[in-house]
Amino acid sequence: MKKREPKKRYVLPGDFITTAPLRLQNNVVLEGKRIISTTIGLSDISDDSARVISLTGGYMPKIDDLVIGTITSVSGNSWFADINSCYQGMLLGQDVFGRGSYPTATEMRERLDKGDIVFAKIANFDRQREPLISIADKNLGRIDSGELVRISPTRIPRLIGKRGSMIQMIEASTHATLTVGQNGLVVVSCEETNGLLKALAAIRMVDEQAHLVDLTDRVKKMLENDGV
Amino acid sequence: MGGREANVVLLDENGIRSDGRKVNETRKVTIKAGVLKNANGSAYIEFGGNKILAGVFGPRDVHPKHMSNPDTGILRVRYHMEPFSVGERKKPAPSRREIEISKVIKEALEPAVMLENFPRTAVDVFLEVLQADGGTRCAALDAASVALADAGIPMKDMVCACAAGKAADALILDVNNEEDQAGQADMPIGYMPNLGKITLLQLDGVLTPDEYKKCIELGLEGCKQVYEIQKNALREKYFSSSDNR
Repeated sequence: MKKREPKKRYVLPGDFITTAPLRLQNNVVLEGKRIISTTIGLSDISDDSARVISLTGGYMPKIDDLVIGTITSVSGNSWFADINSCYQGMLLGQDVFGRGSYPTATEMRERLDKGDIVFAKIANFDRQREPLISIADKNLGRIDSGELVRISPTRIPRLIGKRGSMIQMIEASTHATLTVGQNGLVVVSCEETNGLLKALAAIRMVDEQAHLVDLTDRVKKMLENDGV
Repeated sequence: MGGREANVVLLDENGIRSDGRKVNETRKVTIKAGVLKNANGSAYIEFGGNKILAGVFGPRDVHPKHMSNPDTGILRVRYHMEPFSVGERKKPAPSRREIEISKVIKEALEPAVMLENFPRTAVDVFLEVLQADGGTRCAALDAASVALADAGIPMKDMVCACAAGKAADALILDVNNEEDQAGQADMPIGYMPNLGKITLLQLDGVLTPDEYKKCIELGLEGCKQVYEIQKNALREKYFSSSDNR
C-alpha cells in the first residue's frame, strides 16, 4: 500500500490524492482506483477516510446547522429567509405561534417582518424541498443589534477553531459576543468601539488567511497589539 | 473577423510562422483568477491577442422555472463577443456562431462539473470576448474552467483547451487568426488532463487520417501546457503567501 502522506496538501479540482482504499468524505470522488479532489482546498487523509477541506464555494444547508438569515418575504403562514445559499430557508408560522394556530398576515408581520435578521436552525432539508428552518429553541430568534459580517462559508470552521478555541480567544480579548452562522454570516456585538473594530479585523483576517497553518498565532498577535 | 490577406506568409523556409512562433509553440497565455467581485467565480485570460473575461454565478435559482431539473443542477453558458472585439463592429445580438460556441463550450464543461448535489439550481457561465484573435472558443473554455473552479463548483477535473491545425502544409499548434483564415485546417480540442478524456473536438478543414492523429497529439500537448498555466492562476489566488509547500 502507498505510504500515507502525513501533511495536508494543497489540491485543485482533478488532483490525485491517493490510491489507498479509504472512505470518501467531503469533496473527493473515486475514479477507478484513484481518489481525486473535486475542489480547491487542502487534502486531509485520516486513518480510514480521505477528504478535501474546501477553500471556496457557497453554503449548502445541513440539518442542525445554525444559520443567520434575512427575512425576504412573508407569505401565507410562512416566512422565507435568505440564508446565503442557493436555496431559501422556509420558516413556518406554526413554528413561532404554536401548532394549530392560524396567524393573520398582520400578526405574522408584527412578529417578523421583511428585513429582520434571524438566528435559526436548519430543521429539515432534503433534495425535494426548500430547507425548513426553525427558531423554536433557546438562543434562537430575531437578532436586534450588532454588526453583520459576511465571510466565506468555508472559513466558518476556522473561525470557530478546534473546540471553539478561535472564537473564545477573540471573544475573551475584545469583550465582544460573536453569533456565528454556518452559512458565512457573523453578528458581532460589543459595547466598546475598539473591541468591535478589533473583533471585525480578526474575522476579516480569518477570512483572508484561513489556509495558513499558524493562523491562531497570527490572530493572537494581532489582538494583542494595541489599536487596529 | 478580419478579411483574408492574400500575400501573408504562413510559414517561412526556417519553419517560423507569421507571428514568429515555431510550429509546435503556443502563443503567450496569461490567466488571472478571481477578477470580478460580484461574481461567485471569475477569470481573465489573455491567449495571444485574445482577451476574454469569464464570470460564474451559482448554484442559484433557475429562471425561467421550467428549465430547472429536480434531479440535478443545470449548466448554462453564454459566449458573447463584444461589438468592439473585432475590426469591424459586430452586432451585439447573439449570432448563429455565438450560439453554437455557447453550446459546444457547455458540452465540453458538462463531463467535468458535478451538479447532482444541487437539484433545482443553475450554474451560469458568462464569457465575454473583449478582443478576438482566432481560437476564442479554446481560450473561453480555459477561462470558464478556471472561473468554475474559483466559484467552488465541484469538478472531476479541470478542462483545458488548445487548437491544432494545418497551414502551409505543416501541422501547427494554436492556430491564430491569419492561419485560421488562410490555413487548411483548424481543430479545437478540449481535454481533461487528469482523466485523459477529450471533451471538445471540432475540425474545420481537411486532414488525412495520419495528419488527424498527429494533430490530436499536438493539440493535447498544447492543452497540457495551458493546464499548467490554469493551475498556476488558481494557486496564485488561493495558496500564495503561505509557507505550507
